[in-house]
Amino acid sequence: MIAYAAKRLGLALLVAVAVSAASFGLLYLTGDPATAIVGPSGTDADIANVRRVYGFERPIVVQYVDWLWRAVHGDLGTSFFFKLPVHDLLADRLPITLTLGLTAIVFAVVLAIPLGVAAAVRPNSLVDRLALVLSVTGQALPSFWFGLMLIVLFSVIYPILPSSGTESWKSFVLPSVVLGYYATPAIMRLTRSGMIEVLESDYIRTARAKGLYRSSVLFKHALRNAIIPVVSLSAAQFGFMLAGSVVVESVFALQGAGRLAWESITRGDLPTVQAIILIFSIAYVVLTLLADLLNAWLDPRIRVT
Amino acid sequence: MATTDIASPTPLAEPSPRQILLRRILRHKGLLFGGTVFLAIVIAALFGPLLVEHGPFEQDLKQRLVPPVWYDGGDASHLLGTDHLGRDYLARLLYGARISLFIGLTVALISGLIGTTLGVLAGYLGGRVDTVVMFLITTRLAMPVILVALAVVALIGSSLQTVILVLGFLLWERYALVLRSSTMQARSMDYVEAAKAQGCSTTWILLREIMPNIVNNLIVVATLEMAHAIILEAALSFLGLGVQPPLPSWGLMVAEGREFMLFDAWLITIPGVMLFLLVLAINLMGDGIRDVTAPEGR
Repeated sequence: MIAYAAKRLGLALLVAVAVSAASFGLLYLTGDPATAIVGPSGTDADIANVRRVYGFERPIVVQYVDWLWRAVHGDLGTSFFFKLPVHDLLADRLPITLTLGLTAIVFAVVLAIPLGVAAAVRPNSLVDRLALVLSVTGQALPSFWFGLMLIVLFSVIYPILPSSGTESWKSFVLPSVVLGYYATPAIMRLTRSGMIEVLESDYIRTARAKGLYRSSVLFKHALRNAIIPVVSLSAAQFGFMLAGSVVVESVFALQGAGRLAWESITRGDLPTVQAIILIFSIAYVVLTLLADLLNAWLDPRIRVT
Repeated sequence: MATTDIASPTPLAEPSPRQILLRRILRHKGLLFGGTVFLAIVIAALFGPLLVEHGPFEQDLKQRLVPPVWYDGGDASHLLGTDHLGRDYLARLLYGARISLFIGLTVALISGLIGTTLGVLAGYLGGRVDTVVMFLITTRLAMPVILVALAVVALIGSSLQTVILVLGFLLWERYALVLRSSTMQARSMDYVEAAKAQGCSTTWILLREIMPNIVNNLIVVATLEMAHAIILEAALSFLGLGVQPPLPSWGLMVAEGREFMLFDAWLITIPGVMLFLLVLAINLMGDGIRDVTAPEGR
């Protein structure tokens, strides 16, 4: 287990470094960030000044190492737009995005796992078909449009839920449904196929032959084994949801990190954009690392391969 | 001759593989439905703009926000009404279909080239190449696609070409993952050993022995990625960093209609439903092709 954990941790660290290099490299896609900051009205002297203040005249590798060193120590740079530390901006915004992501993943899991189990217990039944329809339509619904339609339905035609803001828990209902619905099909399909495979195995037949209760066989024996890959997938989906918050937060006008990212992109506020891309990527790396370690701990077969 | 004809009547013709495939296709409801809807949208995109009397860019400020013909105040010359600049909604919708389809196809092609090359090489060569490709895939998966796409498009300047290139360079990881594992399976087959024993070059083996056997999987991933690209383009355009006005993209049409959605919900319903139908049709086709070509795995 320790050898596996060390190997997996090493990979996560390497990926984190690669991801940070990619987030940093984005700044240089335009060629010269100094001209981008100064804008079209700036003189050569302004540009030279900006270069000196931000340290753009140094070699790019030195700048990257410096940026990474500061980021590791919690200094994510200064926003070009707000002239404030990005760290402080994110301290306000990240909790909203995390709340949204957590409620969304809970919604997805609570919807997907029971449906997946029910579909696996009776393949090709009505429930199975319903689950299939839900997953096929779920994958085809554009999240921004789904969100707007829910606003029209539940804030305008039947005004029971707010369409924006973060005042109460009610404000998070619609955005969580939109964000969570997107992850439901994948989790449900994996639960279904995992359960079908497990239900055909010998130990389930043994458990049934012993005369155990159906529910006990289903939940104690089968689901426990089938759920292992679902945990991994849910962790990865939670990571994707952080990125998905960009769209959902702008539809529902939630002042989270995703919306901040989008606003910063349109304002050319590169340090903020870099920091958010970095944080979302690292969150994904950490989530998948934790899920893999948990899986390896639960299922010894994973450690060997 | 005559006696043998009587003694042994001609056996029933064995169905050819092609006939079996055709039978499976016709029996697969999802594939049929998806294929029909997709074909209808392709035909509408190709020929529709020729039949509509208005152009997609023609503004008529006296005819703004005319509702579709089935509402009160609808006008038969604008079947789906007009937008806030008085442009014919049907004409824009049909032109938008061209854009969605074009983006889907080109992105699937670019990302397909990148992902297939990486996946097949990793699967066939294994070892260090495989380690590097897996590392690239893991890194790519960790990067938030929509955010990176938004940032890059904003930096380079948003246009149709930028969107296609950026998405093409971002969406290759599913090709690489799927084709890597199917190449690994194909690699251990006897026909590959036979080709090696004959002294065929690696290039020959990859292109003539491996590729034909994994092309089904490639087609399945390509359809799913095409749908993915169409949805992402719509999201980028909705956020204002994709296809730029006055070009009609369905995502952009939803964004433009958003301001009026409380009173004229059809402005966002129509392009949204089209987007949903197109993506649904392509996904059903992809799932269907997978079921038909590999009936074992659902």
